[in-house]
Amino acid sequence: MDTFVTLAYLVAALLFILGIRRLREPATARQGNVIAAFGMLIAVVVTLFEADVLDLVEIGIAVAIGSVIGVVSARRVPMTSMPQFVAAFNGVGGGAVALIGVAEFYRLDQAGGHEGFVILLTIFLGILIGSISFAGSAVAFGKLEEIFLQGSVTFPGQALVNAGLFTAAVAASVNAMADGAAPFASAVVALVLALALGVLLVMPIGGADMPIVISLLNAFTGVAAASSGFVLSNDVLIIGGTLVGASGSILTYGMSNALGRPIGKIIFGAVGAAPSGPAAGDEEERPVTSVGADDVATALNYEADSVILVPGYGLAVAQAQTAMAELMAALEAKGKDVKFAIHPVAGRMPGHMNVLLAEAEVPHEKLLDLDDVNDEFQETDAVVIVGANDVVNPSARDGSDSPISGMPILNVDQAQRIVFVKRSLGPGFAGVDNPLFYDQDKTMMLFSDAKEGLENVVAAVKSS
Amino acid sequence: MTAELLGQLTVLVLAAVIGFELISRVPSLLHTPLMSATNAIHGVVLVGAIVVLAGPGGTLAQVLGFIAVVLATVNVVGGFVVTGRMLEMFRARGPGRRR
Repeated sequence: MDTFVTLAYLVAALLFILGIRRLREPATARQGNVIAAFGMLIAVVVTLFEADVLDLVEIGIAVAIGSVIGVVSARRVPMTSMPQFVAAFNGVGGGAVALIGVAEFYRLDQAGGHEGFVILLTIFLGILIGSISFAGSAVAFGKLEEIFLQGSVTFPGQALVNAGLFTAAVAASVNAMADGAAPFASAVVALVLALALGVLLVMPIGGADMPIVISLLNAFTGVAAASSGFVLSNDVLIIGGTLVGASGSILTYGMSNALGRPIGKIIFGAVGAAPSGPAAGDEEERPVTSVGADDVATALNYEADSVILVPGYGLAVAQAQTAMAELMAALEAKGKDVKFAIHPVAGRMPGHMNVLLAEAEVPHEKLLDLDDVNDEFQETDAVVIVGANDVVNPSARDGSDSPISGMPILNVDQAQRIVFVKRSLGPGFAGVDNPLFYDQDKTMMLFSDAKEGLENVVAAVKSS
Repeated sequence: MTAELLGQLTVLVLAAVIGFELISRVPSLLHTPLMSATNAIHGVVLVGAIVVLAGPGGTLAQVLGFIAVVLATVNVVGGFVVTGRMLEMFRARGPGRRR
């Protein structure tokens, strides 16, 4: 590889790093994205210098097709569907890595020559991890887009099947690497087995854990890309892939911590542990204070000067961010002090709620994160919680036997009054009942779809 | 271990350290755009896909390379565009413009 290309790759790698650095602050984040994209442009353009003219036509056609698909889908996606599109764009990257691995192995196989162990190893790492990422992302997309395999889908003996698939995929890879019987065919078998494994790994995971899975698959694709850098002796692939592998792992770890869901439990938890939920019957019997939108409006208008709004997963699903922004405006018009409390994993991805509320034109200085807002609940008259449960469940603080024990929560129980806008008493995805529901003196339950409920409350607040 | 492999390992380790350091303290506000942007960055496999498509090899390698270029381009282009759109949401309300 000549010096010019290598130096250009170095510049590209630097721009990736500088870009990510600027993405850490809201003020410079847009610049950061542009800088990283510019680095990508440099990396791609100098690579073209290595191709001859005939290849350039094919490359041009392929890039044009990919660009059209990428731009059109990225432009059309609504903000609420962002997570599944991140999953989709991640998956195709994983697919590309797997295909690069297969193509390189085919070339080696045709040439009849043995390559070094590292090349072979990284080819198969790329094929296996890339395929898992591709298939897993496809399932994640399907679940979040509500096309197929919704909720947690399991079958008896799934853990055994997964282990068998994994073993078989590794065996097929080893056979191909060792130049055993039909090496290329067994490389293809390894790819197919890894695809199946990707489907089975993500299939049992429920919708609310999806962000963590997407983040994990993002890190996977990064690692896979880095391994293809070893295959092709290409430093910019190694750097770009490794940056994403490392940052994606940290992000995944942070997310699963914030949710109180260890990553191993998410991946392997649903399999084997049959959904033996707590006897739902007993809890339905306990009395709650069920109210209408007018009652909520009265409480907010006449009994509260300061209000904190807590948006959750349900709000994102119901696309009720605009209705919540309207509630803020209506309350502020009545002279109330209104803030938002954003749990680190509110919405469908960390930070997703911030994006949604920004879309609804809520000034982002009104969005307080966990550490900043938790001291304020004591001095707050009313809290309105929409579509959230686990992130405000005080049993995370006590009761060490609770599945969400230890998860950081918003201390809404310290406020004077609590309003839940929620479809039903059903527990959140952690399956833990929330004692706040049954505090009849303090808590009002408005059973409704998030959007409809908020709109009714807004109308009632304005008219009373 | 060859000198080239040693060099590549050095690059790998340093990149991993930088990746960890870069992300460890980011406000959760920016987690989704950040995930989306890093997602676009691993689209750098496009470079690898181009090398495969432009390289020697039979028809099968070419076809696989072609598909890989298409997929990787979707990853890169879609990733950066979608990140840009997310970040656009934040820009609308700088300190100067409050509603």
